[in-house]
Amino acid sequence: MALLKMKFPLQRRVRLAQGLWLLSWVAVMCGAFTFCLGIYLKTELLRRAEVMDNSEIHVVPNILILVGIASIGTNMFAGRVCQDSLDPARFPRWKPLLLPWMAVALLLCALLIASVVLSYCLQGSLEESLKVGLRNGIRFYRDTDVPGRCFQKETIDRLQMELRCCGNNNHRDWFEVQWISNRYLDFTSKEVKDRVRSNVDGRYLLDGVPFSCCNPSSPRPCLQQHLLDNKAHFNYEHQSEELNLYNRGCRKALVDYYMGLMNTIGPGILSVISMQLSVMVSLRYLQTAMEGAEALENPEDESEGYILEKGIYETVAEAKATTLSFFKFGTVEAETTDAEKAAPESG
Amino acid sequence: MALMKVKFDLKKRVKLAQFVWFMYWFSVMAGVLVFSMGLFFKIELRKRSELMDNNESHFLPNLLIIVGLVACGLNALGGKICYDSLDPAKFATWKPIMKPFLVSCLFFNILLVVVALLCFVMRIPFQFTLAEGLKNGMKFYKDTDTPGRCYMKRTLDLMQMEFRCCGNNNYRDWFEIQWVSNRYLNFAAKEVKDRIGSNVDGQYLMDGVPFSCCNPSSPRPCIQGQMTNNTAHYSYDHYTEELNVWKRGCRDALLSYYGGLMNTIGALVLLVTILEVGVMVGLQYVDTSLSTLSNPEDPESESEGYLLEKTVKETYTDIMAKMKSMGKGNQVEGGEEAPVATVS
Repeated sequence: MALLKMKFPLQRRVRLAQGLWLLSWVAVMCGAFTFCLGIYLKTELLRRAEVMDNSEIHVVPNILILVGIASIGTNMFAGRVCQDSLDPARFPRWKPLLLPWMAVALLLCALLIASVVLSYCLQGSLEESLKVGLRNGIRFYRDTDVPGRCFQKETIDRLQMELRCCGNNNHRDWFEVQWISNRYLDFTSKEVKDRVRSNVDGRYLLDGVPFSCCNPSSPRPCLQQHLLDNKAHFNYEHQSEELNLYNRGCRKALVDYYMGLMNTIGPGILSVISMQLSVMVSLRYLQTAMEGAEALENPEDESEGYILEKGIYETVAEAKATTLSFFKFGTVEAETTDAEKAAPESG
Repeated sequence: MALMKVKFDLKKRVKLAQFVWFMYWFSVMAGVLVFSMGLFFKIELRKRSELMDNNESHFLPNLLIIVGLVACGLNALGGKICYDSLDPAKFATWKPIMKPFLVSCLFFNILLVVVALLCFVMRIPFQFTLAEGLKNGMKFYKDTDTPGRCYMKRTLDLMQMEFRCCGNNNYRDWFEIQWVSNRYLNFAAKEVKDRIGSNVDGQYLMDGVPFSCCNPSSPRPCIQGQMTNNTAHYSYDHYTEELNVWKRGCRDALLSYYGGLMNTIGALVLLVTILEVGVMVGLQYVDTSLSTLSNPEDPESESEGYLLEKTVKETYTDIMAKMKSMGKGNQVEGGEEAPVATVS
């Protein structure tokens, strides 16, 4: 009992081939779209590569890029097959390639589903990577004279201004690091000496933040220093002040940004998967309908198309038997040669 | 003696008509492009109209939008005419309007050239609008509690950060106005009283700038206050300090941004004009080649196409004569009545 049998008169076969040809070109566009999505995601990740510690998350755009290129080629092949399918002289040479094509198309769909699943699973890894990267960025903020780290200040400043965030978890992260370089500290002044002596490591810590934490929506000009001292500024209370600096931490801001990006890409990928599956199903119907038509006396008669020749269980059992026979082939031969050897001895 | 005569057989006519039809669809897209550029320009002006004191002139983007729409319409009609020109029956319906259509195309192309010139020239009045608008905008920086002006601070801060500029001409413009609101000044403190007493208007002036002037590329944390006092900061010399705050003035920054935009749009409109002139010439050839069939009954006969029926000079004198006769038409009627009256 074939699976999902459908009758195909000549006119329907022709229409199926034409429709599938058009569908395969749409699928090529979808492949190009997937490729562009992969490139876009990779560029966005590379832009902030300086505040990321590891690049595990890059596997998602890499898969998208590979699948995009592969699906362009695969669907172009499907279009070519459709073009030749209506010509009985040229169709037979494509026949042996169709089963491997199905396998490749299935593999591409599986990879796309894997990329969507990975984009959710790797969120934890992304957060960890950002935590370490941002911590280092804040620690090396002051090293504008150390080669290799001299652009950390600019990177962190631009990041905080663009994403409207401050520090790793919140603005207090800046209180725990010395973010002013020693070159700009007057070590003869009493204030500097007090602050440096007040902690074990001899760092110049202060309750202030860089200018990039300032929130432009605040009604008052930005307060950057003496943030915990209510008396240092007129009409200021640090416990209730909300608009002066950005409240969000940069780690959360970046994770939200990337998750939002992947959530937007998700439905696009799902539609590409459904497009690829429909191309696969239509090509299978076309293949079986054309094979049925070839076997008929009059090639222009009605033929049948199906997805599987027998039911699902029977096809699985057959496939199992075929694979087992491959393995058994070696042992059966050994048994027959042993029997032959034993026979002349006994005879 | 016709201008630029070309011989046409049926094949050549068909090829010409197809080519001109294809170019017309290209021109429709060019019209859409001009429309969208006008729309984009309008939106960019609206976004920053606060900084220009809501005084900016929307004449140029409105003109671009209208011209874009008219171009789409004209080119779509031209494409339809070309498509029908291959069928003699359909072309006969278009015959009467061909001449007026081509004349209107000519006037439209002249309009396009004028628009392109305007794009390059409008920079100058724009400069003055910007200077005035920014000066007033900076004055309202502190008014975050005045309805209607409470977003000026945010707009200015975001603009200075985005365009990497500070003040109107340079950062010293901030020294001349009070940009800290009175609500955050402690009038009991001696420092505040000194500063207010030091000038005629009683304003709290200081040698400091808002945080949005800070340059992230500076190797040192931003120095915003007491900028002209070298002793207030360690290892600081305000004469040689270059990277601390943005050096460029916002008027220059905005002018170069909008100027660049207008130059690009002007160049694009010129390219579209060239395309339009090309399709107009093509349509003229299609029209004339179909009107000068050597054997009117046989659509496959040879014909001649030309740009102008007579030479440029003769066409010009023809047009002048026609216009004069139109003007004299009324006068001649009046002259005829007068002799009739005197005879009796």
